Amino acid sequence: MRRLINIHPNRGSAVALSALPFLVLFIAYLYYSHARLVENPGDKLLPAPATIASTLHAYAFEEDERSGLYLFWNDTWASLERLLIALGVSASAGLLFGLAIGVLPFLRATLAPFVAAVSLIPPLAVLPILFIVVGLGELAKITLIIIGVTPIIVRDLSLRVGELPGEQIIKAQTLGASTWQIVIRVVLPQLWPRLIDAMRLSLGSAWLFLIAAEAIASTEGLGYRIFLVRRYLAMDVILPYVAWITLLAFGMDWLLRLLRAKAFGWASPESAA
Amino acid sequence: MTQVTVKRLWKSFGAQVVLENVNLAVGDHEFVTIVGASGCGKTTFLKMLLGIESPSRGEFLIDGEPLPSEPGPDRGIVFQRYSLFPHLNVIENLMLGLELRGARFAGRLFGARRRSARSRADELLEAVGLSGAAEKYPRQLSGGMQQRLSIAQSVICEPKILLLDEPFGALDPGITADMHALILKLWNMNKMTIFMVTHDLQESFELGTRLLVFDKVRVDPQSPEAFGATITYNIPLKGHRSPPAERAA
Repeated sequence: MRRLINIHPNRGSAVALSALPFLVLFIAYLYYSHARLVENPGDKLLPAPATIASTLHAYAFEEDERSGLYLFWNDTWASLERLLIALGVSASAGLLFGLAIGVLPFLRATLAPFVAAVSLIPPLAVLPILFIVVGLGELAKITLIIIGVTPIIVRDLSLRVGELPGEQIIKAQTLGASTWQIVIRVVLPQLWPRLIDAMRLSLGSAWLFLIAAEAIASTEGLGYRIFLVRRYLAMDVILPYVAWITLLAFGMDWLLRLLRAKAFGWASPESAA
Repeated sequence: MTQVTVKRLWKSFGAQVVLENVNLAVGDHEFVTIVGASGCGKTTFLKMLLGIESPSRGEFLIDGEPLPSEPGPDRGIVFQRYSLFPHLNVIENLMLGLELRGARFAGRLFGARRRSARSRADELLEAVGLSGAAEKYPRQLSGGMQQRLSIAQSVICEPKILLLDEPFGALDPGITADMHALILKLWNMNKMTIFMVTHDLQESFELGTRLLVFDKVRVDPQSPEAFGATITYNIPLKGHRSPPAERAA
């Protein structure tokens, strides 16, 4: 008998195995939903798939009577817009500061402890401050995500710069490189894939801050909607929205991974000879 | 012409004396090989030449001028590992030195200047036997190919002095003969001065025009850090300063 650590599934069974937990969850849901609905046809906790489908259809393909909007797509776009703006700002600021702190010892001495301290502030604790200072509008929600995500990207990237072998930096100097040239030809190109990794890791917290901000003060958005309909125990809305949020997050992660593999082939293991 | 002069050089880190009273005069186009036990200051000596360590006392002069306090294009370096740029392929690694010096702001060359840099890089690539691998990334190369590229990358900048820090230490013994032929060829081609730290005594006699042995002359068993190493032997060798055509074949 071989050791368990040496028994690997083949490709086909790996796919089947990865589908298994999803299938188990789905079947368990069907079973308990059915059991509850048999007992009480008015049960709202585990709605039947058909109920979910018709609610979702109404949200996605029928205009809302009051606002005249397609709520599902309107919410999706509102949330994605906030998230993408915030992630774009965070990534740019993170790259700029991470690079500068990693490369320049003077800036590192000045800013690294400050960034470390700022990154420990719980972002949700400053949300009231944001609402007071910038109001309840879009800016507060976007700023919350930026405050939550940027310090982590800055710290990660500045550490990554430090991980570049010292030999490389010395070699570049013996090839005549100035500080600026070392930044643009040696450090920055090697930092792009690290930035993508850092963004992938911060996607989870970005969504967390987005939904928290939307739950508290918003008039549209995925997080706003699920907290709104919670009052009516509308699980037929909440469940598909949660699944949709998960799918969006997964898609963004997948796109970033694809970008990394396509654009920075030198950094991924598959390109090895 | 490159003259390296060291006069009464001392180097200590706190209470630990690493080098003491080192005196040396090296003329133009020499191939200096440096051997010695571990911790005898060989690498510290090389780091001072490179400009990342500075002498505690004494003089360290190149052509009569004190060493700059940071690395520069007149002194090339080949480390044992990690001196290639993983995000650039072979030809880009080789052209980097030319691009950095040709374009101060962009660090990249375009158009005719790029083509001329490329043809120069192609020539050198041919000389180090890597023509077939121009589009590969460093991680796809064997250890020996990486070191060939790293040497070529330094040589393309035509440094006055080339520093080699155990460049063949991590390589398969079977390919060191090729590497020796290559380094002698480039040394004669560019007429530079080479300082090579090595663990291989045979290699140091084989390649050098001058062999330096670093060792401690005084040892205090109560406090081993009290005395540093110095050059205990400075042996002129025959070397291979002749045209290397028959060797490179």
